[in-house]
Amino acid sequence: MPKPQQWAEDDVLEFVTLKAGGQSFCIEITQIREIRRWSPVTALPQAEQAVLGVMNLRGAVIPIVDLAARLGLGECDASPRHVIMVVAVGTKTVGLLVDSVSEILTVNGEQICEAPTMGRGDVPSSILGLISVEEGMSRILSPGVLLPRGIMEAA
Amino acid sequence: MSRDDLKATFFAECEDLLEQLSEGSQAMIAGTASEDTVHAIFRAVHSIKGAAGAFGLENLVTFAHCFETVLDLVRSGDLVPDTDALHTILRSGDMLADLVELAQSDSDEIPEAMPAILDKLNELAGIEPGLEAGAGGEETEEFFGFQPVVFDLMDEAGDPDESCFRIRLSASSDLFRNGHDPVLLFSELATLGRVETRCDLSALPVGAAFDPERCYLNWEITLHGQATETAVRDVFMFLEDLCEIEDITAQAAGDIAVAGTEEEADHAVQDDVSIAEAAPAAAGIAPMRTPSRFTPMVADETPAPIELALAAEAGLAPAELADRPKGPAKAAAQVPQTTLRVDPERVDRLINTVGELIINQAVIAQKLLETGLATNSDIMSDLDDYQYLARELQEGVMAIRAQPVKPLFQRMQRIVREAADSLGKEVALVTEGEGTEIDKTLVERLAEPLTHMIRNAVDHGIESPEKRMAVGKPALGTIRLSAAHRSGDVLIEIADDGAGLNRKRILEIAVSKGLVPSDAKLSEPEIDNLLFMAGFSTAEKVTNLSGRGVGMDVVKTAITSLGGKVTISSRPGEGTQFAISLPLTLAVMDGMVIHAAGQTLVAPLSSVLETIRPRAQDVVPYGREGQLLSIRGTYVPIVHLGNLLGFTSGAPITSDNILILIRSEHSGQVALAVDEISDQRQVVVKSLEGNYGAIAGISAATILGDGRIALIIDTDATLNLAGDLGRDLTLIEETQHAQTAAMG
Amino acid sequence: MINILAIDDSLTIREMVREVLSSAGFTVTTANDGVHGVDVFQQDQYDAVITDINMPKMDGFGVIESIRGGGVNARVPILVLTTESGPALKDRARKAGATGWIVKPFEDEGLVNVIRRVTGAR
Repeated sequence: MPKPQQWAEDDVLEFVTLKAGGQSFCIEITQIREIRRWSPVTALPQAEQAVLGVMNLRGAVIPIVDLAARLGLGECDASPRHVIMVVAVGTKTVGLLVDSVSEILTVNGEQICEAPTMGRGDVPSSILGLISVEEGMSRILSPGVLLPRGIMEAA
Repeated sequence: MSRDDLKATFFAECEDLLEQLSEGSQAMIAGTASEDTVHAIFRAVHSIKGAAGAFGLENLVTFAHCFETVLDLVRSGDLVPDTDALHTILRSGDMLADLVELAQSDSDEIPEAMPAILDKLNELAGIEPGLEAGAGGEETEEFFGFQPVVFDLMDEAGDPDESCFRIRLSASSDLFRNGHDPVLLFSELATLGRVETRCDLSALPVGAAFDPERCYLNWEITLHGQATETAVRDVFMFLEDLCEIEDITAQAAGDIAVAGTEEEADHAVQDDVSIAEAAPAAAGIAPMRTPSRFTPMVADETPAPIELALAAEAGLAPAELADRPKGPAKAAAQVPQTTLRVDPERVDRLINTVGELIINQAVIAQKLLETGLATNSDIMSDLDDYQYLARELQEGVMAIRAQPVKPLFQRMQRIVREAADSLGKEVALVTEGEGTEIDKTLVERLAEPLTHMIRNAVDHGIESPEKRMAVGKPALGTIRLSAAHRSGDVLIEIADDGAGLNRKRILEIAVSKGLVPSDAKLSEPEIDNLLFMAGFSTAEKVTNLSGRGVGMDVVKTAITSLGGKVTISSRPGEGTQFAISLPLTLAVMDGMVIHAAGQTLVAPLSSVLETIRPRAQDVVPYGREGQLLSIRGTYVPIVHLGNLLGFTSGAPITSDNILILIRSEHSGQVALAVDEISDQRQVVVKSLEGNYGAIAGISAATILGDGRIALIIDTDATLNLAGDLGRDLTLIEETQHAQTAAMG
Repeated sequence: MINILAIDDSLTIREMVREVLSSAGFTVTTANDGVHGVDVFQQDQYDAVITDINMPKMDGFGVIESIRGGGVNARVPILVLTTESGPALKDRARKAGATGWIVKPFEDEGLVNVIRRVTGAR
């Protein structure tokens, strides 16, 4: 299977895996700022469905994106059991609402497979690659998909 | 510190220097310049030149050099500048600013106007035009490219062979005084090869004539080794006229006579001349021919240091001092403002932290209140102290960001000059309240709208000199730019003494552009405000100044986005006045905490006129769904805030709603229907654009006492969201007329 | 440790001198005008002084005269930092008591060499 361009074969990479919409995803650990419990957010007018609102992160105002909704996997009914992953994308900081955070994966670049193109649907374009894990596979999220729509960021 | 950091330092310094320059040259024009002013101007240009050279900014160096030459003549009194010359000095300052700007953007471009100004400067300096003006040409090389450190006189091709040099170092009584140490010289020479030194003590006086501070020794040194002449000369680089270096390799290192006799000394002098001639203008240094030129200073001729310093300031050589009447030593009149340069990011971080502190204070206060503690308990009064201290701290931190508007106003001088020149008008800009301080961000973001307004005032406000004289005004038009603090706001006024607004023409244009109906009856202020409507431009021909496709609407938008307001007033024949009022800072504001559609929001207190709990009869249905508030004989549209922002849709306005009457720049007033008003407090403004983006109707966010985020309403944008209120208000006016008619 | 005092009213030049000399292992103290410079000079033991000529309050010649005028360390090497390189200026600087001069713009290596030369540092 072809390898994604981003990673060289001998790169050692660390990913944090998470569950959203019943599927396993992962994000490179260097992007993750912190993980915190869900707390109610302040809604934003004219926001897209996946943007739940903004939250106070020690004085910074950060938008919270429902990852499942963003990926077209249905809306998440947020509760204190859910988790917010605070990630940095370029110069912006965004909170992702996810079901749970699972583990840290350490892989070599060669273990990453290219995501197959499906021809339609949202998911493939937001997935950079796949990593096989014990219970199946985890999808590497493209940083761009994490930002609220209409927010441009040269990453 | 990297080269880039140094460069950033340089450009920051240039900004200060250019400001001093601009201020000084204006003082010269105004005739209020002191001697110190001229010196300060000279130093500013000189400093720019010096540092620019270090970065290889040739255009800047070339221009600064010519400029400096002229200023030097002015400084020394050799050039008494007439009006024309003063104008050249002003324009040169502008050009220098342009060149700094170009250098900052890494551009080598030579501004179009530069050669002409250079010619003028050279003319003032008495230099043939074009002779020295070449940008980065050879002439400048001679002035600045010179590196005394590299004394490259010899062809150094090939490996150095065995060489032998004879160096005669003649006594100079000042050798020690000037900080030279012969031992250092000899030991450095020893690194080049084998050194033989002979010391000649013949000049040493005996007895009382001996001064231990002076040097009476002559040396003759022979150096055997592989040194090049350059290396040897390098060692004696600061003593070149005291020593004679001779390559005697060819003489095969025979016996060398000790220099000391009269004859030998003469010979030495001759050799010195021959060296000087052999290397003409050795990299710009004309060596002094004889050691006798090095006259020792006699104690009673030596002026006191302070006088010498003054003499040097005035460009006089010490010898000239004697001819100068001795006045009392004058203390330096102008103490330069000392400033601390801090990375703005650090200040922002501090402001952020202080903001957190204030929020934290609010959180504690709220929690304590919830415990049901008596408000007169000790802890509550301690909390009051905490609040007081936190506010003090906040004000102190804000003050760090505060900057006087002076640099901004200085820039406007230039805008006026350029605009007036290109339009053939005569305009003076008078500034007031330059010391007024506002937030740094505000200063920066005001530059563009202010520039536009000033250009507009020159272009459209001030009449041509002929027209002015025809109506009995002085040919010179005046624009007054002032800043002042007014009850927590900053008021900036731009007033011209021009023709005033041509309201008939404005209305015609507005009608022709379909901005208002042709039969609209507008009051004078309403007509004036048409200028702020999008797409409005009164210029009959497009000038290259105001007619840049930017109208006053852009100015208005810019001011509004800063939380400010702009108003206009005008009297025919007497002039037009724009007044901008701005908050002191963008970081905190007074807000009213409100609740609508389950959301907590903040309305800027500056926009809130009053809050009303309306009686049933005060709310009048209007149109299909609209409602109007009847207040003191006028009707104001009521807008449901929740619906407006999209939190709810089609929610009815009920008698439970509270109305907040807000004023809008564009269209008078509107009443926002909300559920509840809970508090009135200072809030810390947090941008939403950092991590999210702009939201129509919302200007920013803040963090409340419970740690939750509340959005701050952008009142003007809210009204725009509410629809085309201009049209609505016309209708309201009609309704009013109808009602009045019905009642009458 | 070799202490250098750099006096210049231009922050850029001060920082540049500091940068060049401290990376060559010298300890650099700066002052932003002549009066300040002389003041600082008297408070510590310096191995060399670099001074600008055109400065507010007291110019470079004034600085040299003040230092040479007496007191401690009056024979410290003093280098004039100047954009001019004409003989008249050098003559004047020398008469005032300057040890040598450095013409702006200077090359890093040149500055270090000159300082090494006058301080005897290797």
